[in-house]
Amino acid sequence: MLSIKNLSASINGKEILKGVNLEVKAGEVHAIMGPNGTGKSTLAYVIAGRQGYEVTSGEIIFNGRNLLELSTEERACEGIFLGFQYPVEIPGVSITNFLRTAMNEQRKYHGLDPIPAKEFLSKMEEKKKMLELQDKLTNRSVNEGFSGGEKKKNEIFQMAMLEPMLAILDETDSGLDIDALRIVATGVNKLRRPDNATVVITHYQRLLDYIVPDVVHVLFDGRIVKSGGKEMALELEEKGYEWIKSQL
Amino acid sequence: MEKEQNNILEEVTQGDYKYGFYTDIEMDTAPMGLSEDTVRFISAKKNEPEWLLEFRLKAYRHWLTLTEPNWAHLHHAPINYQDIIFYAAPKRKKELTSLDEVDPDLLDTFNKLGISLEEQKRLSGVAVDAVIDSVSVKTTFTETLSKYGIIFCSFSEAVQNHPDLVRQYLATVVPATDNFFAALNSAVFSDGSFCYIPKGVRCPIELSTYFRINAANTGQFERTLIVADEGAYVSYMEGCTAPMRDENQLHAAIVEIIAMKDAEVKYSTVQNWYPGDKNGLGGVYNFVTKRGMCKGSHSKISWTQVETGSAITWKYPSVVLMGDYSVGEFYSVAVTNNFQQADTGTKMMHLGKNTRSTIISKGISAGQSNNSYRGLVKIIKRAENSRNYSQCDSLLLGDKCGAHTFPYIKAENHSSIIEHEATTSKISDDQLFYCNQRGISTESAIGLIVNGYAKEVLQHLPMEFAVEAQKLLAISLEGSVG
Ligand SMILES: Nc1ncnc2c1ncn2[C@@H]1O[C@H](COP(=O)(O)OP(=O)(O)OP(=O)(O)O)[C@@H](O)[C@H]1O
Ligand SMILES: [Mg+2]
Repeated sequence: MLSIKNLSASINGKEILKGVNLEVKAGEVHAIMGPNGTGKSTLAYVIAGRQGYEVTSGEIIFNGRNLLELSTEERACEGIFLGFQYPVEIPGVSITNFLRTAMNEQRKYHGLDPIPAKEFLSKMEEKKKMLELQDKLTNRSVNEGFSGGEKKKNEIFQMAMLEPMLAILDETDSGLDIDALRIVATGVNKLRRPDNATVVITHYQRLLDYIVPDVVHVLFDGRIVKSGGKEMALELEEKGYEWIKSQL
Repeated sequence: MEKEQNNILEEVTQGDYKYGFYTDIEMDTAPMGLSEDTVRFISAKKNEPEWLLEFRLKAYRHWLTLTEPNWAHLHHAPINYQDIIFYAAPKRKKELTSLDEVDPDLLDTFNKLGISLEEQKRLSGVAVDAVIDSVSVKTTFTETLSKYGIIFCSFSEAVQNHPDLVRQYLATVVPATDNFFAALNSAVFSDGSFCYIPKGVRCPIELSTYFRINAANTGQFERTLIVADEGAYVSYMEGCTAPMRDENQLHAAIVEIIAMKDAEVKYSTVQNWYPGDKNGLGGVYNFVTKRGMCKGSHSKISWTQVETGSAITWKYPSVVLMGDYSVGEFYSVAVTNNFQQADTGTKMMHLGKNTRSTIISKGISAGQSNNSYRGLVKIIKRAENSRNYSQCDSLLLGDKCGAHTFPYIKAENHSSIIEHEATTSKISDDQLFYCNQRGISTESAIGLIVNGYAKEVLQHLPMEFAVEAQKLLAISLEGSVG
């Protein structure tokens, strides 16, 4: 599904990604771990197509398409979803309105008519229930005045509504209380299908107890330096990143 | 009757200037330029009584002594008043009894604007008094309204049928001597709307008028007079659109509102005159005097405006709070893009005790445009325990546009409270990326964000107007980023 080869990228002339290789197949869950500032979010942004990042070499192929040739919104419409580490506030725009706009633009991209209001609303009800979301939350402006945990929950809610092919969740677990973590993880698991895939970026192996990854990667200084099974997360937690450094 | 009701002129949607058309109808025009003869010509055309001709002539003579105001943050080439046709009316051969008899070209114009008659009527039950080139083509719902004793008709008709009412209230809020453009309008006003709600009557439907400039080189000088008698209520909507052309068009309207004791008037506007092209060529010069008088105690006047059009907007819908406990409100969204210039705001004049006013102004500037808020809150000594709350926000798209606020405050007593808040913000790259990442194009994202920003104002518009206004905000900013 996603094939990243030798990807290097820089921002403001500073090289952050230095030859990333990553293969994600349909139906898989991948975890990316690594110390602060090593380029995890940068990788997510480059895949999503954020402006300001310069790809200096390599390629990203997604379902046979060269992602680097597509705009941010085209990539989203192709099925890439990014759960933000720091979701931004959009005052005055209700989540309902925001999601309906997003959904309809994505449908338009695929040549579909706008979603009928009734269908949209019942879908919202269903997903709200699944994520045990407060009823009132969707009437509020996108992320405005949300607590840290509510923001993260809202990201997963949007993912549930938009049903992407590939979801990249950037530290969605940080800021969540224990119950919320369980709810969010259960949600992510319920959304798993043989034809979609998830990449979770996290610092805590705790999340991986709930969302069990097929592969764990360690991103270090702009490169994926180690990949392994889910046991590796435990080992990392025990030994710390010094262990990785010593192996380099 | 049923058929006629079905033929109500429908709302002008979205005001998209991809419609660069104008209707070629045989005009009954005044000679070019302005003189006493022009004034007499207009008055005679309209078969006006002597007192009204005198009123016009007095205004004209006063106008001659004035010069254009230059204090606003606006720049334009001098207007040559001798180069303007001050009166043009579609020729009517006979009195019309149904829309079937209306000039097909006119109907075609409405069709091009996407006006579907039945739909609007079903959806909103709006009575429409459509003004095309200065003369009302059709007034509807008159019968329903007359059951309540409500008068809603063109200004010219009011002069013929209700001269005493017109004479009693005309220019009592905006005197002919008020300012340069008010004097001009008083001399040459062509037509407009008149509305009278009798004592204790709540007008059962939203009243609406759509204006449209339609003839080359024809100034548009609308005159609207709304009187709400004791305890009456009315919600009045005004919206407009104009066809594309290169010469600048002058528009100098006057709207006067009078609210007696316990009366309430809600006046909503969507202003969408032709703004000129991307390079600042053409567009309407819109110099408007709008003022309401809360004459009686506990009366209320509320202005809500969405200003997206015109090359130049000079407009300060104001409220004179004369009655004790009266309330004035001003909710405004002003969008400027490309080379548009807007200098708009309000004046709240607190004369009565315990009077309250609220000002919410949202300016949105894009391109190389200039957007100014200019407001005056004045509380005189006698107006004890009065309050004002003002909030003036500016949103900037890009870094070539300008936003300015000129709030003037004069409080002459100590028991009153004036609060003023102001913010300036930008649409951030983070917000755009967030929207893009969800599949929303930058253009739609701007529409979404801008509508969110303007929500506090838009929610004061009548429902069906709000929907139109939302689309309009998005369209007005098309191509402003990226
Ligand atoms: N606009 C920028 N200009 C310069 N450097 C930047 C910019 N944005 C990010 N960086 C740098 O890029 C590096 C990688 O940042 P990134 O956010 O990808 O790290 P991360 O692995 O997600 O870290 P964390 O675990 O703290 O979330 C950091 O050193 C950061 O300071
Ligand atoms: Mg990060």
